[in-house]
Amino acid sequence: MKILVKNGHVIDPANKIDGDFDVLVENGKVREVSRSIKESSEETIDAKGKIVAPGLVDMHTHLREPGREDEETFLTASKAAVKGGFTSMCAMPNTMPPCDNQGVAGFISSEGKRIGLCNIYVIGTITKGRLGEEISEIGELKAAGVVALSDDGSSVVNSAIMRRALEYADMFELPIIAHCEDEALSKDGVMNEGFVSTALGLRGIPAISESTRVAREIELCAMTKGRLHIAHVSTKRSVELIRDAKKRGLNITCETCPHYFTLTDESVKISGFDTNTKMNPPLRTKDDLEEIKKGLMDGTIDCIATDHAPHTEDEKDTDFDSAPFGIIGLETALSLAIMELIDKKVLDWPTLITRMSLSPSQILGLNKGTLSPGSDGDMVIIDPAGKWQVTKGSLESKSKNTPFLGETLKGAAVITITNGKISYRL
Amino acid sequence: MPETINWTRKDLLGLEELSKEEIELILETADSFKEVSERPVKKVPALRGKTVVNLFFESSTRTRTSFELAAKRLSADVVNIAIQTSSVSKGETFKDTAKNIEAMKIDIIIMRHAASGAPHMLARSVKSSVINAGDGSHEHPTQGLLDIFTIKQKKGKIEGLKVVILGDITHSRVARSNIWGLKKLGAEVTVCGPRTLIPTGIESMGVKTVYSIKEALKDADVVNVLRIQNERQKRGLFPSIREYVNRFGIDRDVLAGAKKGLVIMHPGPINRGVELTTEVADGNNSVILEQVTNGIAVRMAVLYLIAQRKG
Repeated sequence: MKILVKNGHVIDPANKIDGDFDVLVENGKVREVSRSIKESSEETIDAKGKIVAPGLVDMHTHLREPGREDEETFLTASKAAVKGGFTSMCAMPNTMPPCDNQGVAGFISSEGKRIGLCNIYVIGTITKGRLGEEISEIGELKAAGVVALSDDGSSVVNSAIMRRALEYADMFELPIIAHCEDEALSKDGVMNEGFVSTALGLRGIPAISESTRVAREIELCAMTKGRLHIAHVSTKRSVELIRDAKKRGLNITCETCPHYFTLTDESVKISGFDTNTKMNPPLRTKDDLEEIKKGLMDGTIDCIATDHAPHTEDEKDTDFDSAPFGIIGLETALSLAIMELIDKKVLDWPTLITRMSLSPSQILGLNKGTLSPGSDGDMVIIDPAGKWQVTKGSLESKSKNTPFLGETLKGAAVITITNGKISYRL
Repeated sequence: MPETINWTRKDLLGLEELSKEEIELILETADSFKEVSERPVKKVPALRGKTVVNLFFESSTRTRTSFELAAKRLSADVVNIAIQTSSVSKGETFKDTAKNIEAMKIDIIIMRHAASGAPHMLARSVKSSVINAGDGSHEHPTQGLLDIFTIKQKKGKIEGLKVVILGDITHSRVARSNIWGLKKLGAEVTVCGPRTLIPTGIESMGVKTVYSIKEALKDADVVNVLRIQNERQKRGLFPSIREYVNRFGIDRDVLAGAKKGLVIMHPGPINRGVELTTEVADGNNSVILEQVTNGIAVRMAVLYLIAQRKG
């Protein structure tokens, strides 16, 4: 099977390619990138006026299966992913049962392969049952193919356990993805603590509930020399702490999510308590948002992940206090990045593709994020000007919990290719 | 009735979104309804044929009774529904409950809920008017209005008055509605209480913060005293009720240091001996029972304006 993509603007930061090229994919792998490829193929795509990039990689996805198939399944998440331009995603382990053993890890991995639309990588738990008490069988998880470890949804409260996890996981070259939240400080909070929470009478989650835990993780990282990745960075102070840690040469990386550079806590008010503005960490202030952009620009923030967190309409259709945290993000991430980062000149295209494809691949050690000959045939063709409306009908995800419902977004994947096969066509 | 502006809102959810003129319209309308409750026959036919439901997801005696009497004195038919939040969370959602009630052709739903924003969500999904009778720590607009009405009755104006709101500001919907309303009408508002009970960013609502009750009251015209809940102490927000009383309770000595003619208000129910000594609560400065009386007139005005709105 050969696919030839002609006349596109190819962006492949790993090879410093940023210009008009043709790309040939054969038997699931990239075969050639050059000025003009003349070769017969089963499928020839004219990508004139489009961006051609390595498929996007989401290192933070809640697929909900096993356990909450009413919210999302491997199939619906895969469809949503490829529609959003993602050819790989990483399943966070807070499923029911949690992915703390080879059985669950193997199940997720094999289901991803069976569906075959989007590569599904597995993240195992740091601690057994995500309880924060004993470290998981990390060696066994590694053998089952996990690419990272995280207790996402909860912070590992016990500092000694976190220390041991960083040390032990380092033997297997597995990064520890830290959900940074001091739950004593964030307890009962439902939105960012500040003027807006005060005016709305909603209980606040202070910014320092994140940054104090980021600071602890940095200290543990420095001591253990383990591989630390900070999940969903949302505050200015966290960015500053991570910037300093990187200057010291620590083995630390981090991600943010599109909503943290797009919306602020004002959205809770403007939307009239819309529970689709409720996520954890919460939407922060303008200052935080600006620092997140700065971090993306200067490389303090390595990548953009979605923290795709599906919840049913019934779960979200309640008062703000009772509604669960989380929003979906696979289908809107690329558009928001184009609108907020490319159009507003925060990032250029090669840097955006680095943040959404190359960097997450490197952090997790995947053979992805590049169009180098011989690499996996994962690719996305993007129409940067294509407009689409976010509606319950237009979303592939089984859940519709996004604050962007009803909005018209700009920039979309028109064709997604996974392992050399077309997995999505607009 | 005053005819300067028309009331056009379907719902009354808070004072933050009201204009100065809208607040004044409610106060003037309340003024004209006040005498209805003084008549031997306490009834006018303004809401005859209208159905009003008191939908309370959180317990209340005085607010619910006040709304019920207000609606009845306007000749509306009133139904009271009290639902324990815990049983709702296990079964029907509050929106389903409300929509079922609406399906019985209700004109106005008066709602109280422990979650901030709950009436706002309901108002978006039902055609009936929604009046917020208190949502979480957010707003309690009719309490704010009746407090302002009472201040105006006592002091003859709002503009330029110094009003202190004292106590647990963080958890108080009464505080927020008072601040929005009073600021719009030109009062100077100061909040006073333990720092742990004054929320982040309150200054952005246009108020001053003071931690000393003596300093707060020395030139205040009005103090609105909030109820302190024991539960807050258990959550570590202040060390003990005893220390709270010593620092923030109003007794004869505190009153002696305050400006003469200080008006003392309290939304009730009072913890006697905690926020106020009995002597102060029942003394000449206290207008607590007048607030209760005025509450009916203000709620009649709100019900009337919403029921009579055009469009």
